[in-house]
Amino acid sequence: MESDFAIIGGGVVGLAVAWGLLKRGHKVTVIDGDDGSFRASRGNFGLVWVQSKGIGRPEYARWSQRSVAEWRPFSDELEGNTGHRIALAQEGGYDFHFSEETLADTVRKYEVLKAQLGGNYPYEILGHNELRKEEPEIGPKVVGAILHHQDGHANPLKLLLSLADDVRRLGGKIWNGKTVQSVKHDGHFRLKCSDGRIVEAGKVVLSAGLGAATLGPKMGFMAPVRPQRGQVLITEKLPKFINRPSLIARQVNEGGVQIGATNEEVGYDDNVTLRGLAGLARTAVETYPLLARAKLVRSWGALRVLSADGFPIYQESKKMPGAYLVTCHSGITLAAAHARILPDWLEGKAKPTDLEVFGEDRFVSA
Amino acid sequence: MLEADLVVIGAGPAGMSASRTAAEAGLTVVLLDEQLRAGGQIYREVENAAPVRGDILGADFVDGLSLVRALEHPNITHVKGAVVWQIEDRTTVAYSINGVASFVIGKRLLIATGALERPMPVAGWTLPGVMTVGAAQILIKQSGMVLDKAVLAGCGPLLYLTAAQMCRAGARPLALVETQSMADLFFSLRHGLGAIRGWRDLAKGLGLLAELRRAGVKRYTGATAIAIDGETSVEALRFRTNGQEHRLECATVLLHHGVVPNTQAALSIGAAHEWREQQRAFAPITDEWGGTPIDEVFIAGDGAGVGGAVVAALAGEISACQVACGLGAITDEQRDKAAGPLRRRLRRELAIRPFLDRAYPPYAEAVSPADDTIVCRCEEVTAGAIRRFARLGCIGPNQAKAFGRLGMGPCQGRCCGLTVTELLASENARSPDQTGYYRIRPPIKPVTLQEMASVAEEGEQEITRET
Amino acid sequence: MKTASSVRRLQTPEQLVSIQFAGAEVKVREGGNLAAELLAAGVSPFRETPVSGAPRNPYCMMGACFDCLVEIDGVARQACMTEVVAGMTISRHSAVRESDNA
Repeated sequence: MESDFAIIGGGVVGLAVAWGLLKRGHKVTVIDGDDGSFRASRGNFGLVWVQSKGIGRPEYARWSQRSVAEWRPFSDELEGNTGHRIALAQEGGYDFHFSEETLADTVRKYEVLKAQLGGNYPYEILGHNELRKEEPEIGPKVVGAILHHQDGHANPLKLLLSLADDVRRLGGKIWNGKTVQSVKHDGHFRLKCSDGRIVEAGKVVLSAGLGAATLGPKMGFMAPVRPQRGQVLITEKLPKFINRPSLIARQVNEGGVQIGATNEEVGYDDNVTLRGLAGLARTAVETYPLLARAKLVRSWGALRVLSADGFPIYQESKKMPGAYLVTCHSGITLAAAHARILPDWLEGKAKPTDLEVFGEDRFVSA
Repeated sequence: MLEADLVVIGAGPAGMSASRTAAEAGLTVVLLDEQLRAGGQIYREVENAAPVRGDILGADFVDGLSLVRALEHPNITHVKGAVVWQIEDRTTVAYSINGVASFVIGKRLLIATGALERPMPVAGWTLPGVMTVGAAQILIKQSGMVLDKAVLAGCGPLLYLTAAQMCRAGARPLALVETQSMADLFFSLRHGLGAIRGWRDLAKGLGLLAELRRAGVKRYTGATAIAIDGETSVEALRFRTNGQEHRLECATVLLHHGVVPNTQAALSIGAAHEWREQQRAFAPITDEWGGTPIDEVFIAGDGAGVGGAVVAALAGEISACQVACGLGAITDEQRDKAAGPLRRRLRRELAIRPFLDRAYPPYAEAVSPADDTIVCRCEEVTAGAIRRFARLGCIGPNQAKAFGRLGMGPCQGRCCGLTVTELLASENARSPDQTGYYRIRPPIKPVTLQEMASVAEEGEQEITRET
Repeated sequence: MKTASSVRRLQTPEQLVSIQFAGAEVKVREGGNLAAELLAAGVSPFRETPVSGAPRNPYCMMGACFDCLVEIDGVARQACMTEVVAGMTISRHSAVRESDNA
């Protein structure tokens, strides 16, 4: 057998899983798409994030927290192996509010979640003046913020690069520029690619992002994933003035300020729009007024991979045992868990706690 | 907010001639140009420069005056100093003047953004004192300034023209270090018939060479291993010819090995492009009128494929005829009657191109630079790093950009895009067409967040209109 | 600042005006192209790169390369796309280095 595992999709999700499996001594082949494929891994915001996740679904908050706790050793190991700088910072992050009402409303939700998590939800509420001590450039319209101490951020592109590099170093094979057309299961798996290449493997992980929508059903999954567009913009390199990341803006280690993000249901359209970018720019300037004079150098639109309820899907195929669907829209936050915890389940052990609820059964209407 | 039948981006020969033709047909035209005076790069500042420096710059330059003067037409609104940064809904164009943003909505859009000099990455090309040959020419045209103690390196007719202009201005270059070989010239003669049809251009070229000889400008041909020495600025140019090493001390190095279509605006709206092997560059796919698969959008001039100023002016007129016809200002017969003679002249003017492309091919060592040569000037990414990204599975420039920040700086890939495509294509043994180009996104030029935000406030209604 | 290249005016302008570049007074032609005028006045380098601190001067003079970036009123501008106005105050763009943003 060429491989123990074939991973369909070479984004952050697929590569993190591949890396974890390689470290456990498995032979792994990753099949990756084209340069122009829809790639959430190249378009995301880079948050390693806990707050606001899992409201109404505490298992998701716990899973995120487990990953965030694994992120430091994960990133240290990757940096040590490859020399690339992932620039992880886990010194907390903000949810900014422009009105007392939205702030109070969010706090109410966080308190419910905190109780569900047994109190492990370390956040504090900062009024404008307290916030100003932490973030001197904050604008007068920001009435306050929720500072969550488990939040942080990293350079998502360097994470992708490090994984691509280290998966090869560990002996993983990555086939680029290929699309899997069919999957046959007969004791083992035979994957046929668009260029005729056959990849054989004992098990298969489908982590193809939006590609799972077409390939998933052929493998016995429901794979109810849809695209949701996020537009993001980034400024020229600026002297450091933002200390902690937020859902509105974060200063990346190279100096640029990344500003995000829209949530738009526009199908498979990853273009940016004048209105989308202008709205983001306006909010960013209200948050940090000195950004008004900063030059915007790049923008992009990327498609989030959202399931029907927005939560991840971890499912083994009933039709093809040994085939696993792994998909989520927080590939960066969950990368450490995907690399260090998830392989237990892929190896055939019990599904990690908290993940039982993320099967596809939840999409079957009663 | 402005409205017009036709919005033209770029007041070079194509944009100017298209504007005039469309205006004469009765269309309203908004002509956006980032310079304060019309002319484009070829006729840069021609109204000011022609009277005082016409003798230095030559008759072909002075010819541009008529195109600029033709912009004086009641139907043409020439918006000066307008930096276009986003095109949306096919024909809505956002731009800024002195940091104040606005936008214009047209029924049709003509992209006439001209050419860029092909990037020429060689060791030391980022040092102060290294400029493009085009930059030296712009200094003469616009500012009446010359560069002393200069060496011109690379190839192509612009090298000869600029060197001659420098001589006339009393700033004789120290030398021309030319990269084309005798073999290039030999094979180009296979295009002899075309060259004969373009005999006027050939004669001009031979005239320039004779002028340089008379002025005593030293020429080296078949140069390889070009590198620029210097700590904080240029000190010398090194190169090899016929197995011999040379080192010329100089204060300025001017680089040039051809021009390529400036495709940023067209790429930003998703217009399809193809690789043209003859010109070693991407160009948009257009029909015989400069029309694109995006119905309302046209591309004319060097931006649609390099042909030079005269060709660009003709192409602009041809596109304008189709735009006027499409909007009902002229009939099909009127359009065809006008376009016929324009096309015949176009063919004549293009005759010399295959000869030029073959006689002056891009400098091979700048198409595939040494590992330690910087390719992306903004982010200082070397050719070696890009080759490494290829080995990490980057089959196209966008994954490489994500891995290594190439093309992420303020120039947005203008100075590295073609080199990156060629490098990845070569490393992966794929064609440039398969390899592709950077996905170009707005803003086409950097814009402040305030400008971006102000557009939302100015016209939320207009910019969200249905198409 | 030392003169990087030998940029020479073909004609001496009738009058020069003063502007400030990085704290120093520079004499230039009113209405002239800022990049050209700074070069003629011997300014070098225009800036240092944020990645390695390497010196840069104007390269393309047509708004494509962004190597002539300067800062005017707190905004990054391309000097080659800017007209000289008497009294303008220009600072070197982006003294920030990536390592400062650790």
